[in-house]
Amino acid sequence: MMMANTIRPEPSTKTGERLLDVKGLTIEIETRNGPATIVDGIDLHVGKGETLGIVGESGCGKSLTMLSMMRLLPNKIRVTKGEANFAGRDLQTMSNSELRKVRGGDVGFIFQDPMTSLNPVMRIGQQLAEPLIYHRGMSKAQARKRAGELLRLVGIPGAEERLDAYPHELSGGMRQRVMIAIGLACNPQLLIADEPTTALDVTIQAQIVDLVKDLRDKLGMSVVWITHDLALIAGLVDRINVLYAGTVVEDAPVDALFANPSHPYTQGLLASIPKLSDERSIRLSSIGGTPPEPGRRPKGCPFAPRCPLVESICHDSVPSLEGLSQNGSHRVACFVAQRKLEAA
Amino acid sequence: MAAQPLMRIENLVKHFHVRLGAFGERAATVHALDDVNFDILEGETLSLVGESGCGKSTTGFTLLNLHRATEGKVIYQGRNIVELDEKAMRPYRRQLQIVFQDPYSTLNPRMTIGEAVGEPILFHKLATKAELKDRIAALLADVGLPPRFASRYPHELSGGQRQRVAIARALACQPKFIVCDEAISALDVSVQAQIINLLLDLQQKYGLTYLFIAHDLAVVRHISDRVGVMYLGRLAELATREELFEHPLHPYTKALLSAVPEADPAHERSRKRQILQGDVPSPLSPPPGCRFHTRCPIAMDICDKVVPEWREARPGHRVACHAVTEGLPG
Ligand SMILES: Nc1ncnc2c1ncn2[C@@H]1O[C@H](COP(=O)(O)OP(=O)(O)O)[C@@H](O)[C@H]1O
Ligand SMILES: Nc1ncnc2c1ncn2[C@@H]1O[C@H](COP(=O)(O)OP(=O)(O)O)[C@@H](O)[C@H]1O
Ligand code: SF4
Ligand code: SF4
Ligand SMILES: [Mg+2]
Ligand SMILES: [Mg+2]
Repeated sequence: MMMANTIRPEPSTKTGERLLDVKGLTIEIETRNGPATIVDGIDLHVGKGETLGIVGESGCGKSLTMLSMMRLLPNKIRVTKGEANFAGRDLQTMSNSELRKVRGGDVGFIFQDPMTSLNPVMRIGQQLAEPLIYHRGMSKAQARKRAGELLRLVGIPGAEERLDAYPHELSGGMRQRVMIAIGLACNPQLLIADEPTTALDVTIQAQIVDLVKDLRDKLGMSVVWITHDLALIAGLVDRINVLYAGTVVEDAPVDALFANPSHPYTQGLLASIPKLSDERSIRLSSIGGTPPEPGRRPKGCPFAPRCPLVESICHDSVPSLEGLSQNGSHRVACFVAQRKLEAA
Repeated sequence: MAAQPLMRIENLVKHFHVRLGAFGERAATVHALDDVNFDILEGETLSLVGESGCGKSTTGFTLLNLHRATEGKVIYQGRNIVELDEKAMRPYRRQLQIVFQDPYSTLNPRMTIGEAVGEPILFHKLATKAELKDRIAALLADVGLPPRFASRYPHELSGGQRQRVAIARALACQPKFIVCDEAISALDVSVQAQIINLLLDLQQKYGLTYLFIAHDLAVVRHISDRVGVMYLGRLAELATREELFEHPLHPYTKALLSAVPEADPAHERSRKRQILQGDVPSPLSPPPGCRFHTRCPIAMDICDKVVPEWREARPGHRVACHAVTEGLPG
């Protein structure tokens, strides 16, 4: 299924109109040895119509950050500081009933594993209809009709017949499309996709990236796409935030990030992706070591134990995210990168 | 590279007999592998790619005689090893190893890393008790782990470190051939790069031959000498990595390659992907003729009737497609 190319409205990155604005969000986990920080005062924002990519290795806090905004954190894990504003209202302090209206309504979610987030004993059509009845006040008949349209929109062949299928009767790719349809059901202003293609074949990954791109352009929504795969989102996103150990270490427009990666961790990540032009058996550059576990965060820069450029200051102080470019659109949390710029 | 074949796979077939229906009342056959033919050359890395369920793991298992072949031969050191029973297989077992995606499931949680690496050494009598400790330390060093790891348990290790242990266990057998079945697929990019480097280093040091199964085509392009593309239990194409990535001939290979993302925003935004329609058909009743004909953008009349021959289209470049081999002589 190919959709007509729509002209995409300019995202409001430049005007600075923020749909989602997370400030100083800190998440802690209760452990035997007391509370341990998992997400450390994270700042991130998404403009109206903007697509933000969040990239980082497993365990860096991508999913918990998103779950915390919707107040869906697992037991023993909680937000201890910070705020998360959606369309000007703080999600952390609004009432439960208000939050329920936002969740699945104005903010749609797609999770990595459809088998755990789809209800296995409920027909697809019903799972699609529920949010429409709840959030948009549709009648059962209206909701069913719209559910069929949604399945068609995400490219499921024989959409209307599939409404009565159970999740296990569909292939992995089809189930992920159903998840996308549910995420999009209420025409959300913001779609949060948490590694939505990670378990899928490249062919299906490409289909799903293209699908979300088309739908975004058509519906003008904002998107947060979480992944560990930089190449996958290169053609999809406007801006990328690189996460390391629960902090944003680099924030840049997509082209600037690939052309001029400035944090040593971002540089390491990009260098470890095999390139088309590589000779066979050339050694890939890699980042030694592993990210810190919660409770074992270093005192200074969280990347210091693995950083090839580490200096003594890095062990004592935590670098903050500072603007590199003139207009401040490219920011990095690294003493050395910041100093290089000042010298230039 | 004028390498000799280490292994010759001839007309290999693997069918699984399964029972379907709520009470297992219906017998059915999964055509996991049908009439597969290729050589694996000494010292090379041959990769197998294709969508999940196309038969990559089954190929790896069947040619190590871990699954009983339904038909066909796997010739290794002059013997057809797939007809050997477990006892006759024993001398070959040591030489033919496999490393999986999830080492956690294959490492015994109650065994230290040293015991896990030492076990195959003792089993195959490759060292005396007195030599064992040094041998384990040497193997850990080979995979980049300090000797103190010998006393640790699997749960104390990261995913990348566990995969190093799994590789050390395979190396302990002094193998000639290792099947790496999605061995790096679950690792984070930076760790994945470490393990790829390790595999390449070990190959050079010990003259290993790899059958490398992976779904990340960028990694496959990096690591392989030759690449085979599978579709629904059959080989569609096999060529050197340069040939395959630069002159793919089979329509399925072309579609697969067009889905691979590059770390280049401008290129990604402007590229037009060739998107395959529909899903892979069921291996319970694969389509007649060319198995790809239900999704092929250039399918012809003959394609749903006649199975395309596995032919050499260019030197060293084999393909099974009527549209490609039509014009070839004889
Ligand atoms: N339910 C949980 N219980 C305990 N620890 C958890 C739980 N969920 C996540 N964590 C820990 O929190 C950290 C961040 O997790 P997560 O946000 O899921 O990472 P990501 O999505 O980036 O892979 C990890 O170190 C993980 O071990
Ligand atoms: N033990 C088994 N019993 C029945 N079917 C199997 C078994 N192992 C694999 N299959 C089937 O054989 C086909 C090929 O599987 P596999 O070799 O695992 O594919 P890949 O590794 O390419 O994903 C699939 O349809 C799979 O479901
Ligand atoms: S602040 Fe220091 S340790 Fe951290 S990334 Fe920069 S150079 Fe490396
Ligand atoms: S044989 Fe026919 S259907 Fe099969 S790949 Fe070639 S052209 Fe397509
Ligand atoms: Mg996650
Ligand atoms: Mg497999």
